[in-house]
Amino acid sequence: MSPTVSPGELDERAGVDPVARGLWHPLVAVHDLRRGQQGSAVLLGVRLDYTMAGDGSVSVCRSDDHDDRRPVQIAYEIVWTCLDEPATPLFETPEALETDRRIVHAGTIGVHVSAPRAVENFLDMAHFPYVHTDILGAEPFTEVEEYSVHVDPDTNEVWATDCVFWQPVAATTSTEGQMTDYRYRVPHPYCVVLYKTTPVDPDRFDVIALFCRPIAPDRIEAHMFLALLDADNSDADIRRFQLTIFGQDKPILENQFPKELPLDPRVETPIRADKVAIAYRRWLSDLGITHGVIPAA
Amino acid sequence: MTVGGWQPIAALDDLAPRHVFQASLDGQELAVWRADSGELNAWENRCLHRGVRLSIGFNNGAELLCRYHGWRYATGTAGCTYIPAHPADAPARTITNRTYPIVERYGLVWSGREVDGRPEEVAELGAHTLVLRALPVWAPRSFVLDALVDHRFAPNEGLDVDPAEVEMTCDRRQGSIVLTAAHGGSSSTVVYWVQSLDAHTSVIRPVLAETPDDVIAVLRHHARALRELVDRVERTVPSRSVEPQGPLETPVVVERSAGSGPHIEVRVRRKWWTAPDVAAFELTPLAGVLPTPQPGSHIDLRLPNGLVRQYSLTNGPGESDHYRIGVKLEVDGGGGSTLLHDVVTEGDVLTISGPRNGFPLRRDTEHTVLIAGGIGLTPLLAMAQAIRLDRRGFELHVFVRGEDALAFPDVVESFGADATVHVALSPAQTAGRIADVLVAARASHPGALVYACGPAPMLDVVRATAAAAGWADPAVHFEYFSNHHEIDDSTPFEVALARSGTTLEVPAGTSLLEVLRGAGVALPSSCEKGACGTCAVPVIDGTPDHHDVYLRDAERAANTTMLSCVSRARSDRLVLDL
Ligand code: FES
Ligand SMILES: [Fe+2]
Repeated sequence: MSPTVSPGELDERAGVDPVARGLWHPLVAVHDLRRGQQGSAVLLGVRLDYTMAGDGSVSVCRSDDHDDRRPVQIAYEIVWTCLDEPATPLFETPEALETDRRIVHAGTIGVHVSAPRAVENFLDMAHFPYVHTDILGAEPFTEVEEYSVHVDPDTNEVWATDCVFWQPVAATTSTEGQMTDYRYRVPHPYCVVLYKTTPVDPDRFDVIALFCRPIAPDRIEAHMFLALLDADNSDADIRRFQLTIFGQDKPILENQFPKELPLDPRVETPIRADKVAIAYRRWLSDLGITHGVIPAA
Repeated sequence: MTVGGWQPIAALDDLAPRHVFQASLDGQELAVWRADSGELNAWENRCLHRGVRLSIGFNNGAELLCRYHGWRYATGTAGCTYIPAHPADAPARTITNRTYPIVERYGLVWSGREVDGRPEEVAELGAHTLVLRALPVWAPRSFVLDALVDHRFAPNEGLDVDPAEVEMTCDRRQGSIVLTAAHGGSSSTVVYWVQSLDAHTSVIRPVLAETPDDVIAVLRHHARALRELVDRVERTVPSRSVEPQGPLETPVVVERSAGSGPHIEVRVRRKWWTAPDVAAFELTPLAGVLPTPQPGSHIDLRLPNGLVRQYSLTNGPGESDHYRIGVKLEVDGGGGSTLLHDVVTEGDVLTISGPRNGFPLRRDTEHTVLIAGGIGLTPLLAMAQAIRLDRRGFELHVFVRGEDALAFPDVVESFGADATVHVALSPAQTAGRIADVLVAARASHPGALVYACGPAPMLDVVRATAAAAGWADPAVHFEYFSNHHEIDDSTPFEVALARSGTTLEVPAGTSLLEVLRGAGVALPSSCEKGACGTCAVPVIDGTPDHHDVYLRDAERAANTTMLSCVSRARSDRLVLDL
């Protein structure tokens, strides 16, 4: 009988995926750090300790070997680290650097599901009327119209473009229902960025991102990051809106089985609306990711 | 672990109206629910789409709706009837959830794997049984059954008797333990069944043979006695494993076939004249269950003389154990309807096709206008019942030649003010009435949709009138009778099978998958919408016309594989490695 791992326990077997170990992962939100204080978190089954020094610099090391210091960078209001030597740089999002935007880390939520399931949920428009009823969608307006999907050959990122959906309250700045335009980008197996029309400026997009820290194959902590063109609402209102939305997704994700994402398309029943999920699953297969997925036979 | 045999999985009272109960049997989670008709369902507790537990979904009385994307599955068959993300598409018949046997007996609900008949008869249980409180136990089923042999309780008439004075007799049967407690001339019998939740946990489900006078006191007595037994069992169970049980079986790749094949044998359960020249038939399967009907779907009916006729199903949601059709007598119709009217009687066996849906009902609107001419009413009856269940608005207009010419008047009446019957109008009056209907509906419900079925001249009027009243073309849907074939402008092509040396013709309106299957090629499929990749076939020569969303761009460009359910050919001929 194999030993079982309960939440928070360590299981380094969870971290054997060499592809995942070579990626940058979100560890902790900067606003959750205090100077001079230490904390710890599990990444891919490995417990890491982190410290913010008096000068504000952050260091990360393995809990079982404090000499094993891990690389650190701060981006998107989050401390990122890597278990091995990073194979690629952390993806960039130029909009997050635009000075006229509101940058908000809206919170972190633990979810008993794999990271790819959470990413796929974020990529999904068809659930809006059912899960985010009267906010991001409303029955009977349930149709997902044809949209485009491609893998960018230069960056190897999955993109879904020309997505539209009818939404009663698309954002904190909304005053009435609208057809909302979406573009989705998957720059990292466990991270996803959404570009969404804003009632404020027709030519620019709000940026809403979900960055998952894979704790175990069926357990994550999700960071919500926003770069918005919203001058009016308070950070608290923006956070409340995002937490409401994610709080609606969480029970769905936790009732999804298997918790790891099956990459064989015959295990579940995709439809045309799942075009981006189909591409995402095939892209994960191509990358050779094994953590958080059930590889295709 | 498979225990086999029937096991109780719930008390009948657990299945409250419009509720979904989460049960478990030998490690398999089940979504258990009762339709408004009383029909019981035990399904694998996982939506076929994205694996969400169906037990957190909604029971609308006739269908189970998944909480994530609102897919609907019909009572009885568990076939998918609607995929909201694609309101215009009829779901493939392959999308059918796994069902388990389920029956009710002795106030309990039973299921099992590979079981038939009914749960064992227990002679001690008559008409006045009382279901006692069930208790979960952290112990394997066999261990619990062994422990129950020594269980003690007092007879109904002597609850205060010293337990040591009670004389217990035990009869161990196939799957149950029957215990009788006797004291001073009075005795009570309880039958204990044990449900295996999984390898480590069980539920004891006792049923008392006679309902006592003081029900509360007896319930309390047994609950306390059983609680003590459970505590003792849990203290003595050899190893209490803490290994979490997966709530569901590991998913297996299921290649679902096209259902019950091209032909289904049905028996005429009921035949009646629903109007003077309209015979109605209720058809039930000789074996198994019928594929799930959807609003707007029709079947091919093979008549004893070889004729094939198509008839729309009038079934409403939840009516899944039979198909109902209405056949109008067409004197110059080639003899099909005459045969059905004059020769076919109750008890006869007929051959039909599975249902096909060339007239699917979109449900992404607040209001639907249904316009029927004569027997064109039949598919619209199915639609109206589906819309009513959704509590969305509709208006049904039926145009008939005379007062008594209305078919299925009872169903039409059940729609109350939502249905209007227009009797004996001239063609000009009919056109005027249709114009009134369409102008008014357009004004009050700008987002409404129109569905019309009837004779061609009437549908031409609807088409012209709707356009004049400002209805957008895609909002108005037609079904011409005696022409159920979808009008398909795709071009035919030829396909050669390299290995078998056969050449096949793929006609317009028929998919490559259908043609290959028709030629005996056993090809798996699942979504049949070009999304899952299951029906891929290797291409050696020719240029496919890809219509799928599954292949990568490079694969599409390479033209070495194609999805046979949706993709066609750019070249006149394709050569497949089959
Ligand atoms: S998971 Fe059930 S409808 Fe999508
Ligand atoms: Fe969501």
